[in-house]
Amino acid sequence: MRWFVRIASWAYALAVYGFIFLPVVVLVLFSLQATSFPIPPFTGPSLRWYDAVLSDTRLTSALVNSLLVASISSATAVTLGFLSAWGFARFVLPGSGLLRGLITLPLTVSYLIIGMGLLVLFNWAGVPKSLLAAGIGHVVINLPLCFAIIYSQMGDHQINIERAARDLGAPEWKVLLLITVPVMAPAIFAGFFLSMTFSWDEFVISFLLTRFETTLPVEIWNLLRSGLNPKTNAVGSLVFAVSIVLVVLFELTLLRRRKA
Amino acid sequence: MTAPLVDIRAVSHRFGQLAVLKNVSLRIEPGSYTILLGPSGSGKTTLLSILGGFVTPSEGKVFIRGEDCTAVQPAKRPTTTVFQDYALFPHMSVGGNVGFGLRMQGVDGATRAAKARETLALVGLAAAFDKKPHQLSGGQRQRVALARALVIEPAVLLLDEPLGALDLKLRRQMQDELKAIQKRVGTAFIHVTHDQEEAMALADHCVVMNDGRIEDEGPPERVYARPATRFSATFMGESTILAGKVTQARDRTSTVETPAGAVFAPSTLPVGSAVALAIRPEHLAFNAAGAVKLGTAQVRDVVFQGSFKRVLAVSAEDPSLQFIAKLPASATVQPGDTVAVSCDTDQIIVLTD
Amino acid sequence: MSASANNPQAGRALPWALVTPALGWTLLFFVLPFIAMGFSSLTAHEGGGFTLGNYSQFFTNPSYWQAMVNSLQVTAIVTVVSVLLAYPFAWILAEQVPERWQRLALMLAVLPFWTSYVVRSYSWLLVMAQNGVINRALTGSGLIAEPLQLANTRLATVTGFVHFFVMLLTLTIFANLKQLSPSYRKAAADLGAGPVRTFLHVVLPLTLPGIMVGAFLTFVLCIGDYITPQILGGNNELLMPQLVMMQIGRRGDFPLASALSIILMAVVTIAYLACARWLKIERA
Repeated sequence: MRWFVRIASWAYALAVYGFIFLPVVVLVLFSLQATSFPIPPFTGPSLRWYDAVLSDTRLTSALVNSLLVASISSATAVTLGFLSAWGFARFVLPGSGLLRGLITLPLTVSYLIIGMGLLVLFNWAGVPKSLLAAGIGHVVINLPLCFAIIYSQMGDHQINIERAARDLGAPEWKVLLLITVPVMAPAIFAGFFLSMTFSWDEFVISFLLTRFETTLPVEIWNLLRSGLNPKTNAVGSLVFAVSIVLVVLFELTLLRRRKA
Repeated sequence: MTAPLVDIRAVSHRFGQLAVLKNVSLRIEPGSYTILLGPSGSGKTTLLSILGGFVTPSEGKVFIRGEDCTAVQPAKRPTTTVFQDYALFPHMSVGGNVGFGLRMQGVDGATRAAKARETLALVGLAAAFDKKPHQLSGGQRQRVALARALVIEPAVLLLDEPLGALDLKLRRQMQDELKAIQKRVGTAFIHVTHDQEEAMALADHCVVMNDGRIEDEGPPERVYARPATRFSATFMGESTILAGKVTQARDRTSTVETPAGAVFAPSTLPVGSAVALAIRPEHLAFNAAGAVKLGTAQVRDVVFQGSFKRVLAVSAEDPSLQFIAKLPASATVQPGDTVAVSCDTDQIIVLTD
Repeated sequence: MSASANNPQAGRALPWALVTPALGWTLLFFVLPFIAMGFSSLTAHEGGGFTLGNYSQFFTNPSYWQAMVNSLQVTAIVTVVSVLLAYPFAWILAEQVPERWQRLALMLAVLPFWTSYVVRSYSWLLVMAQNGVINRALTGSGLIAEPLQLANTRLATVTGFVHFFVMLLTLTIFANLKQLSPSYRKAAADLGAGPVRTFLHVVLPLTLPGIMVGAFLTFVLCIGDYITPQILGGNNELLMPQLVMMQIGRRGDFPLASALSIILMAVVTIAYLACARWLKIERA
C-alpha cells in the first residue's frame, strides 16, 4: 500500500510537471530553430532568431518602454501604498475600514474592466493614448496590492518600535526614515517586486491605452499576427530568461537577508 | 529637597466607556525603585503609559520635577521607557540601538559610541556592541533595551513588564541585576509587573493596584506584614481570610465572632463592626500551640515545594472556610487528616473593608 | 491598547496627508472611470441620447447572450479541472517530497509563471498547431492518420487556462496544506483513523476554505481574460472579454463595450457574494 502510494505519487507528479513544462520546452527549443517555422522537425540549433529580435528596434524599444513603465508605476504604487498603510495603521481615522476597502477594491475587478473604464474616461477627457496612460492604469492595479502587503505587516511590535524611537527624541520624519522604512523594507521590497512583475507582464490595459509607443507584451501580440514564427519564440525565451534571473536574484537577496 | 520627583495628582482615564484609572494620586521620590503591582486590567500599564507620555489622561495632572508634563510628548519629557517586547530596532546593531537617543540629540558619532559602550558595559554586555538584536538571547535583548533607555540619562526610567518574556530562572537572575543597576545609576525606576515575588524582591516602594485604584502603597515589608486591604492581603502573598463581626471591644483587643469561633484580635474597632481577619500561611499552625484557637479542619491537599509544604485544609465548623498554611518540609500531614488550627494573636491582620 | 494606537501627539493633518494620495488615485483613476463607464453605457452609440438599448441588446441578441454562456461554461470547466489536477499535485509536494526539496519542487512547479503571459498562450499554440508537436507525435507513431484539430477550439482555450491555474492553485493549496499543524494528523492517527480517513475527515475539510478562495480567484481571473481565448480559441466561439474588445476594435462602440463590461462585472460580483456567503457559513 505504502509503496503503491509512492509510485502513484511520483507518476502523477511527473505527469503534471510534464504538462506544466511542455509549452515552455517547446517554446525554448524552437527558438533555436534554423528554419522559418517553429514546428517539428527541429533543424537547429541556431541563434539567428535571437539576432533578429535584438536587431528589431520595435521590440527593443518596447522592452525599454516596458521596463520604464514597470519601474516608474511600481515605484509610484509602492510609495502611495506605503504612505497610506502607515497612515491607516498608526492613526485612528474616521471611516477607516471603508476607506481601506476602497483602496483594495480594484483587486477584485478584472484588468479588462479597469482598462475599459480608463479608456472611456480618457477618451471623454481628451487624454491621448500613451505610455503614461498605461502607467496610470498599472498603478491602479498595483496600488491595492502594495497597500495590502505593507498594511498586513504593520503589527503592534512595529508600533512599539516607533514609539521607542519617539520616546528617545526622534521627530516624526526621522521615525519614518530611520525606523519605519528600514523595518518595513522586506514588505516594501516585496510589494515593489510583485508590482514590477505584474506591470511587466500586463497586456490588456497597455493594449487599450497605448497607441504608437507601446510595451513589450503588446508588441509581442503584434508579432503574433504574422502567425507561428521562431522570432516570437526567441522573444518569449528572452523574457523568460530575464524573469528567471530576476526571480533567482530575489530569492538570493531574501535568503541572505534571512541569514544576516 | 522635599518635592517629589514625580507627582501624579488625581488622574483618571477612560478608553471609550471603560474607566481604567479612577482618581489615582501617587508621589515618587528621587532614586527610588517603585513597583506598580496588580493583575491585568488593574490600570497599572495605563498609568505607566501616562507617565511615559503615550497616553494623555482624561482628567488629572502629572508633574515631573515640578513641571506639568501632562500633555508633553514622550520625546520632550525626562522619562524613557523599556518596552515589554523590548522594541529594539531590528535593522540596527546593538551599538546603533543604544546610541539612537544620543543621535537624536545631535551628539557626534565618537562620543555616542563611547557612551554607548560605557552603558553597555554597565549592563554587562560590552562585547555585544556590533551584534544585531536577533543574534542575542532574550535576557541580552532586555539589557540592550535597558541600556538604550539609560544612556540618555532620564530622570525616570519606566519599565513595562520588563521580565515578562523571560523564563522563570532568567527572570530571578535579571531581577537581581536590575536592582544592582538601579542602585549604581541612581535613576528612579518605575516598574510594572503582576508578579508579587518580583515586586517584593525589587521594590523600595510597592504600589498595589486593582480595578483602576491604588489599594495599598509602601515599603514591601510593610505591605506584606500589614496589608491595608483584603485585596492586598491576597494578591501580595497568600492569606487565610476569616470574615467576622466585633462582639466585644476592650482596651487594645477585640473579640471577633468568626465561623471558626470567637477570636481575640488586636484592634480598637467598636462593637458591631464587620471585619476580615487575614493570617499569612507561615503564621498558621496545624496544632493547638497558638494562643488563638481556630477549631479543627480536615486536610485536603498537601503540595511539597522543596523547602516547605503548602497545605490546604477545610474548616470543620464552616466548609466554605479554607485554611492555607506553610508547614516545614518535615511535617507529616496527609490529606484526610483532621488537625487543630491555631495562631498567635499578634499575627492576625484586621482588615475593615 | 488597540492595534491602531492612539497617538495624542500627531495633529489631524498628518494622517490625512498620508492616506489622501492613495485615496485620490483610487477615486480619480478607478471610481471615476467606473462612473464614466456607467454614463457611457446609458448613451446611444449613434446620436448620444439616453438609452437602455445597450443593456437590452445583451438580452435580446442571442450571440451576445451566447458569449456569456460560453464564458460561464469555460470558466466552470477550467475551475473544476484545475482544482482536481492541482490538489493531488500540491498534496504530493507537501507530503511526499522530502522537506528540503520542497522549496525547489514548488519553484519548479510554478516556473512557467515567469514566461510572458502572451507568450504562454502562444506556446500552447505551437504545441497544438495542425503540424505541431502533439499532432506530429501522434501521426508519427501511427496512432492517427490525419492531424487532429486542436488549436482554435474550446479544448485549446481550456488547456491554456488550466495550465496557468494549475500553477496558481498548486501554490495556494500547498501553502494551505503546510499551514495545517502536523498535530491534527497525529491526533487523528492516534485516535485510530487510517491515512485515508485522516485525509477525508481532517485534511480535506480543513483545506476546503483555502480551495474555495483559490477557486474564486480562478473564476475571477478566468472570466475576465482576453488573451487566452483570443490566441487559443480563435474566433470560433466568442467569450465575453472578446466580445467587449470587439466592440472597441471593430466598431468603436464604447457605450456597448461599457454596458457589456458592467454586465460582466455584475456576474463576478454575484459570484463573489455567493462565495463570501459560503465561506461565512462554513466558518460559523
